Amino acid sequence: MTTAKNQTVARAPAAPTTRSPLTSALLNRRLWLGVLGWTLALVIFFPIFWMIVTGFKTEAEAIADPSLIFSPTLENYAEVQSRAGYAKFALNSVVVAFGSTLLALLIAIPAAYSMAFLPTKRTKGTLLWMLSTKMLPPVGVLVPIYLLFRDTGLLDTRTGLVIVYTLMNLPIVVWMLYTFFKDMPKDILEAGRMDGAGTLQEVIYLLLPLTLPGIASTGLLAVILSWNEAFWSLNLTSSQAAPLTAYIASFSSPEGLFWAKLSAASTMAIAPILIFGWLTQKQMVRGLTFGAVK
Amino acid sequence: MKLSRVLPIAGLAAVGATVANAETITVATVNNNDMVVMQSLTDAFEQSHPDIKLDWVVLEENVLRQRLTTDIATGGGQFDVMTIGTYEVPIWAERSWLTPLDNLPEDYQVDDLLKSVRDGLSYDDTLQALPFYAESSMMYYRKDLFDEAGITMPDQPTWEEVREWAGKLHDADQEQYGICLRGKPGWGENMALVSTMVNSFGGRWFDMDWQPQIDSPAWQEAVSFYVDLLDNFGPPGASSNGFNENLALFSRGNCAMWVDATSAAGKLFDADQSSVADKLGFAPAPVAKTPKGSHWLWSWALAIPASSDSKDAARQFITWATSKDYISLVGEREGWTSVPPGTRTSTYENPNYQESAPFAGFVLDAIQGADPTDSTLEPSPYTGVQFVGIPEFQSIGTQVGQMVAAALTGETSVEQALQSSQRATERTMKRAGYLD
Repeated sequence: MTTAKNQTVARAPAAPTTRSPLTSALLNRRLWLGVLGWTLALVIFFPIFWMIVTGFKTEAEAIADPSLIFSPTLENYAEVQSRAGYAKFALNSVVVAFGSTLLALLIAIPAAYSMAFLPTKRTKGTLLWMLSTKMLPPVGVLVPIYLLFRDTGLLDTRTGLVIVYTLMNLPIVVWMLYTFFKDMPKDILEAGRMDGAGTLQEVIYLLLPLTLPGIASTGLLAVILSWNEAFWSLNLTSSQAAPLTAYIASFSSPEGLFWAKLSAASTMAIAPILIFGWLTQKQMVRGLTFGAVK
Repeated sequence: MKLSRVLPIAGLAAVGATVANAETITVATVNNNDMVVMQSLTDAFEQSHPDIKLDWVVLEENVLRQRLTTDIATGGGQFDVMTIGTYEVPIWAERSWLTPLDNLPEDYQVDDLLKSVRDGLSYDDTLQALPFYAESSMMYYRKDLFDEAGITMPDQPTWEEVREWAGKLHDADQEQYGICLRGKPGWGENMALVSTMVNSFGGRWFDMDWQPQIDSPAWQEAVSFYVDLLDNFGPPGASSNGFNENLALFSRGNCAMWVDATSAAGKLFDADQSSVADKLGFAPAPVAKTPKGSHWLWSWALAIPASSDSKDAARQFITWATSKDYISLVGEREGWTSVPPGTRTSTYENPNYQESAPFAGFVLDAIQGADPTDSTLEPSPYTGVQFVGIPEFQSIGTQVGQMVAAALTGETSVEQALQSSQRATERTMKRAGYLD
């Protein structure tokens, strides 16, 4: 689809001069934007592409001069699978990523509602303060959190990771929901209230359905952030609750060749979230541009 | 145990019952070849010890080091067996973080462990960790190139000779480099090699009053020699090459000489992994002014943190994984070049090993000849050949490593690099209370 469109655009400048200069300038701009977009997309995608390709090479090929010509092998996948059970790590990732996202949304929706519709003079300050907690490098609070987790028995548990990820994502989730809610016309909520809706009904029947794309894209972002988080997941888990980031980390080594196996493990680790993101990209884009086009 | 995941639900109850009695111990280790083999032998251990089940946490060395330090310093108790190195053992033992390993069973044969390795893992004359494998450093060279050029390798090469040979054998157009050496910054990377060079050039990290000696003439000479050698006869981009990169270069036939860990010998000698297996020559690490400290000593060892709840089970596991029987098991299953080297005299007396690993003699000599308590020409207050056994050294070593790498890329001069290293180290040592 897109290629076909691009080709039409690409032919445009050579077309006879029946078009006004204005349209041709516009087409020209679109052409350049298209080229720029594709180049950017390729540049961004290239490392992922290379990782997937490397996963099908032998270790010797993986470190040899870069080449796209080789006979693909599945031996890395077999080796990786025989050394560590993928399913356990993947299940932990799913539980932790979706669990923390749900919990964050549960807390953030009421918070963002009150900030958007019933602001006080401290709301702006509170929002900024919440964001400022993201400015501290996580390693700064590693020891206190480790001690808290040790004493509450949360080390190496999925519950522990869900709590940390929820807290980690909460500022961003609240901020995003706050901007989506703020863009919603207040009159609709007022009309609902006139018809006798209470706060809860107002939220469930009016606010949530109307801002669903925004909530969905916020949720997706939180899932992706939790899925890819590698500091806390490595430091707070050992064997039981370790998610896919720990799985990847176990294939890196300062001694011996490991690039092909590491690439195979990484491909398996990002595959679920990549597919999930691909399936939901419509919601994602709709949510991210939601409010921007009004 | 993996079975239980695929067993139908009906079978789960029965499996559950046996698991309930088993004690699970969590073993943290690095992703090096010998450890991967150990992990693959989990079944063998669980069969001979039905009441113990193993859970593995495998991480990259630096991640593991941070992870373990956090856990052991806070008494988190997440691990029952930790894989640690010669550097950590005395530091952690001093803080009573490790379980001392006295009264080891008779059949473990403690005396069979190589003395220098055992000493490196002891604190107050008590073993604190059991050696899984140990390594020193040595020189690998290409026999075919040496023969062609009419060079004979002496019993003990010197750095000056190495430089001369590198010049003769260097042919950058053919991607054949005179010498490959570590350049990637890090206390366990470039500084492991540079420290041994400094030792052999007559230098030391600290004098007896803990005053840093990095701006001394010996350092100047050693580091200038290193930079000059790699600049002229090394591969391009040497400052990003660590053990792995050099291993790849050498096994593809791009290096005429390489000075690095003895643990590379098995890999280079394996024709499946290396194209130079049949042209491989071995020699001791080169020396300059003194043989003292000219080759390093490192071992990966298994220790039991004091915070473990399953010390007995953990002890059974580490004595199994470092035993003579384990070494034979690996030899039979994986081939004798794959056995964890450098820990036991009996390994080197084993005819199977001698036959399949012609480099064994060099490795044994190198390990036995390394003395962490006496590795510098002038006296020094620390233990360790290629490191200084104090907690501050990780950051000092890495910082100096970065400056040396900067000198290698030509970003600064050697003199400047060493002066800033000296100043930075003085600052760290003052802050840590070693200096007034």
